[in-house]
Amino acid sequence: MTALGYNFGYLDENTKRMIRRALLKAVAIPGHQVPFGAREMPLPYGWGTGGIAVTASVIGADDRLKVIDQGADDTTNAVSIRRFFAKVAGVETTERTGEATIIQTRHRIPEIALREGQVLVYQVPMPEPLFRLEPRVSETKRMHALADYGLMHVKLYEDIARHGHVAISYNYPVLVGGRYLMSPSPIPAFDNPKMDRMPALQLFGAGREKRIYAVPPYTSVRSLDFEDHPFRPVRADAPCALCGSRESYLDEVVVDDRGGRMFVCSDTDYCSTRQATREAAE
Amino acid sequence: MTALLEATGLSLRFGTVPALDDVSLEVFPGEVVAIVGESGSGKTTLLRVLSGMMRPEAGAVRYRDPEGSVHVVHEMGEAAMRRLHRTDWGFVHQNPRDGLRMRVSAGGNIGERLMAVGARHYGSIRAEAAEWLRRVEIDPARIDGMPALFSGGMQQRLQIARTLVTRPRLVFMDEPTGGLDVSVQARLLDMIRALVADLGLAVVIVTHDIAAARLLAHRLLVMRQGQVVEQGLTDRVLDDPQHEYTQLLVASVLAA
Repeated sequence: MTALGYNFGYLDENTKRMIRRALLKAVAIPGHQVPFGAREMPLPYGWGTGGIAVTASVIGADDRLKVIDQGADDTTNAVSIRRFFAKVAGVETTERTGEATIIQTRHRIPEIALREGQVLVYQVPMPEPLFRLEPRVSETKRMHALADYGLMHVKLYEDIARHGHVAISYNYPVLVGGRYLMSPSPIPAFDNPKMDRMPALQLFGAGREKRIYAVPPYTSVRSLDFEDHPFRPVRADAPCALCGSRESYLDEVVVDDRGGRMFVCSDTDYCSTRQATREAAE
Repeated sequence: MTALLEATGLSLRFGTVPALDDVSLEVFPGEVVAIVGESGSGKTTLLRVLSGMMRPEAGAVRYRDPEGSVHVVHEMGEAAMRRLHRTDWGFVHQNPRDGLRMRVSAGGNIGERLMAVGARHYGSIRAEAAEWLRRVEIDPARIDGMPALFSGGMQQRLQIARTLVTRPRLVFMDEPTGGLDVSVQARLLDMIRALVADLGLAVVIVTHDIAAARLLAHRLLVMRQGQVVEQGLTDRVLDDPQHEYTQLLVASVLAA
């Protein structure tokens, strides 16, 4: 049941149309940042205003929404955004990756491979991958226009020279469709390979910076690297303490003040599904 | 032999001040051309116009690429211009801070041009950077050092290494020895001379230092108030100056 006094999905139809136009443009030019008019949302910048605006523009009455924050369905940000859409759009919500048609995410890509027809909406704090290297927006625009990305490689070179390897563990820059340098939002580098030729549509919304970009299904997404220092996704060297997975991305949890710690899956749906299957087998 | 760079009838005014007044110039492969003159005579403006950084009001600059086809510099697209500036051309700034990335290591500074033109092998980029440090007489052990910690002379040599790493055929230099003390200047000039001879570079160098011009240049242009008042072989111009301004310039050089 939709809350009274709100348009379906909170945003008014004109705003949705404007955002959809930006989305179409973004899908047409994979990895290219399209400016859009971000609206005031009922939560602060940095909490996913860009992602919410995108979700509100693509959601329909038949959609089933899943929201994750750091992989978890039960964190504050995820719970409040899920409740928000249940209220203003009256859509069904789920915690099951496989059942969702739209997944809004902060900082993770679900462990289970996404399929055609699903839409993954990322919340992006800083859409510009070059901003720490080149402070002038006019100059970064020019670099994108000319595909002039040598500077990004200088940064990787410096990392290897200093640390012996590329010391970027999240928000690892990628090249989309062999053309545009893109920030994958602060997902762990571990998730980067999942973006490559993903059957689902990937949409990125940055509310504060007022930018939208997209990766259409089956588009190549390559993490930048050197021939002799190839990209390596990093994962904690341990099994999940709850479900025993050796493939999933792990969170490190401090359990006492004597150095005790445990590693658990950051994807709660993946972890609980595995635990349930194991219990059923026993 | 055909010219690498050919400028005809360049004119540019800043308000009512003529910075360039009908200047023409040719640079041939492997040739060092010095532009001398007092401050405000239009030397640096000429260099900026020749290198495509500034647009003249009249006249044209033509450049011949390695394949032999001729391009009008100011009609080239921005992408082509950028590519040209990091492959076949180079620019050495007077202040090394303008040409270097001060927060990037020496190796990264040299490697930037290589990576910009597509080098993606860390090991070979690093080997090339070490080799160029050696060529400009910087200890290769300082490959990971920050340019900010280098002396002025080392910074300038690093800038030259960074410029030459992609083997350009034409290099523009704007007072490369300015701001350095005389002994460092002498070493730098010596090094530039050796590199120019080794690599067969064509160089357009702007300087107010007549001694530097005599040491490096094959040909000399003397500028005053935006005009080229005299030009010719370096030794001829300096030993037998015809124009009164050149005579004044030569007479003003302090003998050590």
